[in-house]
Amino acid sequence: MDLSFPNPVRSIFGTPLRDDSVVVNIGPSHPATHGTVQIIAELDGERVLRSDVHCGYLHRGFEKECEDHTWHNLIPYVDRLNYVSALVNDFAYCDGVERLMGVEITPRCRYLRTLLSEYSRLVDHLTCVAAGLMEMGAMTAFLYLVMVRDFMYEHLAALTGARVTYTYGRIGGLARDLPAGWLVRLEEILVQYEEFVARVHSLVDRNRIFIDRLRDVGVISTADALSFGCTGPILRSTGVARDLRKDTPYLAYAELDFDVPVGIKGDNYDRYFVRMREMDESVYMMRQLVQMLPEGPINVDDRRCTFPEKPLVYSEIESLINHFKLVMDGPSVPPGEVYCAHEAPNGELGFYMVSTGGGTPYKVHVRSPSFVHMGAASRMLDGGQLADIVPTFGSINMIGGECDR
Amino acid sequence: MAASALDTLQARLIPASGAATLSHGTVVFLLAPGELVPAVRRLRDDFGFDLFLDVTAVDWPADALRFEVVHHFYSTLHKARVRLKTRVAEADAGVESLVGLYGSAAFMERECHDMYGIAFHGNPDLRPILLYEGFIGHPLRKDYPKNREQPLVPYRN
Repeated sequence: MDLSFPNPVRSIFGTPLRDDSVVVNIGPSHPATHGTVQIIAELDGERVLRSDVHCGYLHRGFEKECEDHTWHNLIPYVDRLNYVSALVNDFAYCDGVERLMGVEITPRCRYLRTLLSEYSRLVDHLTCVAAGLMEMGAMTAFLYLVMVRDFMYEHLAALTGARVTYTYGRIGGLARDLPAGWLVRLEEILVQYEEFVARVHSLVDRNRIFIDRLRDVGVISTADALSFGCTGPILRSTGVARDLRKDTPYLAYAELDFDVPVGIKGDNYDRYFVRMREMDESVYMMRQLVQMLPEGPINVDDRRCTFPEKPLVYSEIESLINHFKLVMDGPSVPPGEVYCAHEAPNGELGFYMVSTGGGTPYKVHVRSPSFVHMGAASRMLDGGQLADIVPTFGSINMIGGECDR
Repeated sequence: MAASALDTLQARLIPASGAATLSHGTVVFLLAPGELVPAVRRLRDDFGFDLFLDVTAVDWPADALRFEVVHHFYSTLHKARVRLKTRVAEADAGVESLVGLYGSAAFMERECHDMYGIAFHGNPDLRPILLYEGFIGHPLRKDYPKNREQPLVPYRN
């Protein structure tokens, strides 16, 4: 039996640079890279001379598929881009469609989306930091953080009905309102979060092993980070306080009080610390939002995008037709194009959408932070140790679903 | 970021290339292919657009100039966004690469080349990135059927 299959990638290294260097292949299925990514590295001993990063193993034609579904039907798909913070994807996508349609969401929906975006950021950063620590052997810290994360997953499941991919955003609103007692449980979880994150701080922040592994490892300069299009915690770790929530406020961020933490060196330690501080800011914002949350409807009263109430669908012909039109034809989005960017946990998540009118998009393009960061990964890996690929790659927090689309 | 920035950009950036418009908070310029690199260089050096965020294309099969190559830029100084749109014909589907100006161009142009077959002249590395070596066609072109399969490894029965 012939077991030779064509190689899906072609390395950029034809021949090694030197006689004594060796080219190794890491991935795409490697236990230490959480994410399906392949790194072809040329090594001098254990030092990486140069690296060639290949992504695309999770490519599933998301953008092609978008052109064949109604605007509503895309919501479960966008959930599966960054599946660690699916709500941010939902809300960024819905915001883009709403801008095209000229729909303004209700105040309660605006505050709820902001609250849930910050909740998602918390979950995403917890996952990233926990996995990064575990890869360096800090199993206790991992279990502390993932335990809190699981409280949050269960709590989000109580709201949305799903643990990870929620399909909770709707064009012009949200799927459903908060269940009774949800905000009370939220405060309990935030208190537990504070207790366990404090323990993690005391376990690792000034830990010799931890500092030796992270300080001055995976460094990217401010100039390089900007040139390579880095956004989010990676750019902020180099000292640039660029945060769309502050710079071009959307949702309810203009009304909130919060800081944008930045690093000093752009190394792995700074990326760890920026994420830890951002989580504290998110908790601070969520507590403000709980106080600000107004009563009222969560969906706009606009028959172009919002489904009519079920009792009306069953009792009057206009609502029945409206319901059918929304399901069969999709929401009617006027012709136009929009680039809508939200500050996702990993950086700028942008949706570039083109409509030619009607219920189906002409084009949906995702500007995913993970993909752009993969272009900068070689900068952070080259010159470092082979063993440092794992924590550096972890601190970039590449999410395959979003990177490969 | 508002009308004043639009006026400044329009008056000083590329007076030859026609009007700029403001679309959902983004300044949009339509450029001829030859104007792209000089315009981007001025955007970066004179106007502080330090982040090259995204490049993609839109396929309009019925038009003579079939592809619309779309670049997005952001300025961390002015908190402003610019979109540059360049129309190219299918026979000569290519624009100049921005690898000399921004590091992020290398990866993002590879993706656009994968999906639409746009040649980025000057980018030395246009290997497939989301697709695999030997993939035939450009899947995001409108004439690529959605259900076409090209398995790299044959299906087992």
